[in-house]
Amino acid sequence: MIKSYKLSRMISDIVIYVILAILGIIWVSPLIWLVLHSFRAEGGITVPYIFPKQYTLENYKKLFTDTSVFDYPRWFLNTFVVAVFSCIISTLTVMMVSYAFSRLRFKSRKTFINIGMVLGMFPGFMTMIALYYLLKAMNLTQTLPALVICYSAGAGLNFAISKGFFDTIPRALDEAATIDGATRNQIFWKIILPMSKPIIVYTILTSFVAPWCDFILVKIIMGDNRDNYTVALGLQRMTDREYKQGYFKQFLAGSVIVAIPITILFLKMQNYYVEGVTAGGVKG
Amino acid sequence: MTFIEYKALSPAQKAQYKIKEFFSQLPSKLGSFFGAIGKFFKNLVLGIVAGFKGFGSRFASGDMATKLSYIVMGFGNFTRGQVGKGLAFLAAEILYIIYMVNFGLVYLSKFNTLGTLETGQQEDPVTGRIVNVQGDNSMLILLYGTMSILITFLFIGIYVANTKSAYSAEQSLKAGKKNPTLKEELKDFLDGKYHVTMLSVPVVLISVFTVLPLAFMILIAFTNYDANHTPPGKLFTWVGLDTFRDVFEASEGASKSYTFVQLTKWTIVWAIFATFSNYIVGIILALMINKKSIKFKTLWRTLFVLTIAVPQFVSLLLMNQMLQDDGVVNLILSYMHLPTVSFFNGTALTARITVIVINMWVGVPYTILQTSGILMNIPEDLYESARIDGATPVVQFFQITLPYMLFVTTPYLIQTFVGNINNFSVIYLLTSGGPSKNPNLYQAGETDLLVTWLFKLTMSSNDYNTAAAVGILVFIVCATLSLITFNMSKSSRNEEEFS
Repeated sequence: MIKSYKLSRMISDIVIYVILAILGIIWVSPLIWLVLHSFRAEGGITVPYIFPKQYTLENYKKLFTDTSVFDYPRWFLNTFVVAVFSCIISTLTVMMVSYAFSRLRFKSRKTFINIGMVLGMFPGFMTMIALYYLLKAMNLTQTLPALVICYSAGAGLNFAISKGFFDTIPRALDEAATIDGATRNQIFWKIILPMSKPIIVYTILTSFVAPWCDFILVKIIMGDNRDNYTVALGLQRMTDREYKQGYFKQFLAGSVIVAIPITILFLKMQNYYVEGVTAGGVKG
Repeated sequence: MTFIEYKALSPAQKAQYKIKEFFSQLPSKLGSFFGAIGKFFKNLVLGIVAGFKGFGSRFASGDMATKLSYIVMGFGNFTRGQVGKGLAFLAAEILYIIYMVNFGLVYLSKFNTLGTLETGQQEDPVTGRIVNVQGDNSMLILLYGTMSILITFLFIGIYVANTKSAYSAEQSLKAGKKNPTLKEELKDFLDGKYHVTMLSVPVVLISVFTVLPLAFMILIAFTNYDANHTPPGKLFTWVGLDTFRDVFEASEGASKSYTFVQLTKWTIVWAIFATFSNYIVGIILALMINKKSIKFKTLWRTLFVLTIAVPQFVSLLLMNQMLQDDGVVNLILSYMHLPTVSFFNGTALTARITVIVINMWVGVPYTILQTSGILMNIPEDLYESARIDGATPVVQFFQITLPYMLFVTTPYLIQTFVGNINNFSVIYLLTSGGPSKNPNLYQAGETDLLVTWLFKLTMSSNDYNTAAAVGILVFIVCATLSLITFNMSKSSRNEEEFS
């Protein structure tokens, strides 16, 4: 009896290993293909075999030197600048809004929270056209500041997670500080913020990553001004029918270069996400 | 069912009972949800009324200076030792008047017609010559008109605050107290009124870049702003609910209503399949990875998580390129003398299945990440008793794991469902809505969701009003679902634990 139980357990384990292995290969194979073929020397768009015959760094070199049609280094810099500024503004606003909603008690707090939630539910594309004309009226279209504004202006609406985190910090701390004569301003900067490292890092990382991944807004705002494209839109342009033949391998190389930092940031973010969100979720 | 009867049930039956209860209570929960919305608006109106309450009585009982500050803002504060505050109110009034006279009134006055003078050539009535006329721009009138209305609301708020402040300054002087100086009041913004300091910048940003565009787009849905009425060359005007009628009224040929119905059906099918395929496969994989006897847990998890770490547009663009008619997958298939598949340009069904499968590739790892923790928390004794009763792993999964997970993660599921209704990037990057073989679809392909259709309507065919109407409809559905979830998760916190 015990033997057969052990046997059946072993069989089920083996089955699970096989399934996991097959699925795991299916899951990562496109990514491995991406990396391998970004080093491929021969062929145009695709080749009918999995492993390239010759490896080269030419695709990467071309990406950074041949900037006549696709100015990849410039896009990279654009995206970096936009990401840094929008990340600073969004993190500050998110923290301010979350602190106000979590720690301060004022008359229309509930109303504000509800309005914020409802606003967050409109599909984002709906506002894009109006936003475009608004920026045009301010003479900002086709510029990088417009992108920073778009990515960070609405950030205050994403207060839910960090508010949940602030809610878990014991109120006794605030009270003790108040008795010692601290103002709410001092409590925010000297007590709450230093205690919220995981959620701050999480907010910084998410808002930093967003501009690297968005291409719709950039497309609308930048139009044909290629100098101000970001990496995502630029890479999408490389796969257009007219350029695909000549630039597909550069597209693969460019994708790898964007994916590496984002992947590292994401894996880092994962830890902070678990630390911050689960802490915030318990009493949420 | 009485409590004792409930307690006598087996764990699996208890779970079933819970699920049944949950769904049978759904209608009443929906009812209370709409009740809550009504209450919210009632409170909003009451709040505004309360803000104005005493507006008249303050005027009647105030002295001359207070009465004067109903006309010259800040006067009451100015004469009672609060020079800075008084000047600030006065400055707000002057700025508002300058804005309205120079800018706002021009647009507000045309707001009801959205402009009457068309740009183009016109005969000059005096000289009889043909001259070019710079006409009205309906779009700018609508945009700046909306802006002026929002600014006016803000100003009314400041105005009421001004009368209150004047009156309270008078009262506190009468009571023999000294009014706080500007410095003291500013200091209060770091403590007592700290919420004003914290919220003012975000609120201004959100009002200008989210609320204003949103109000503008909602208003667009009630105009005839389409390809035939595009400013600056043409005017558009208010048409009431005509746009919504276009979307709902059935008609022949390639019509908006036919497209709307078709796309709504597909959007729902897509959302259901995308949500549940990811959910079930993700849970099964998470169970496998977390099984006690399985080794290399980190390796398996990393393999799957890697796909979400890579930016989504990269992996989706890559998939799009690999599955093209001349892409690598077909190339390898033909190399191996297998029939090739036209994934995106073949039949609607192939394209739809392809998107759902690729969406699994993108989405399953998220489910693995998010459900692992909850799976670990399922009480072990549930499984033990099931095993003693002779339940096979499959039975255990459908009788224990799935009901438990469904119960605990309902809010998460509804959120994912809403997210899938709005899942723009998967569809846009993979198929761009194609294949577009059905001639009866207006500006849409077979795999277009409502949101991608919305995008196409604004970007390629300039049907701004239809797009706005579709956006409003999508919003109503998503907001209802999300608010129900929110209410449920709030009330379920107080409910007894699932066991």
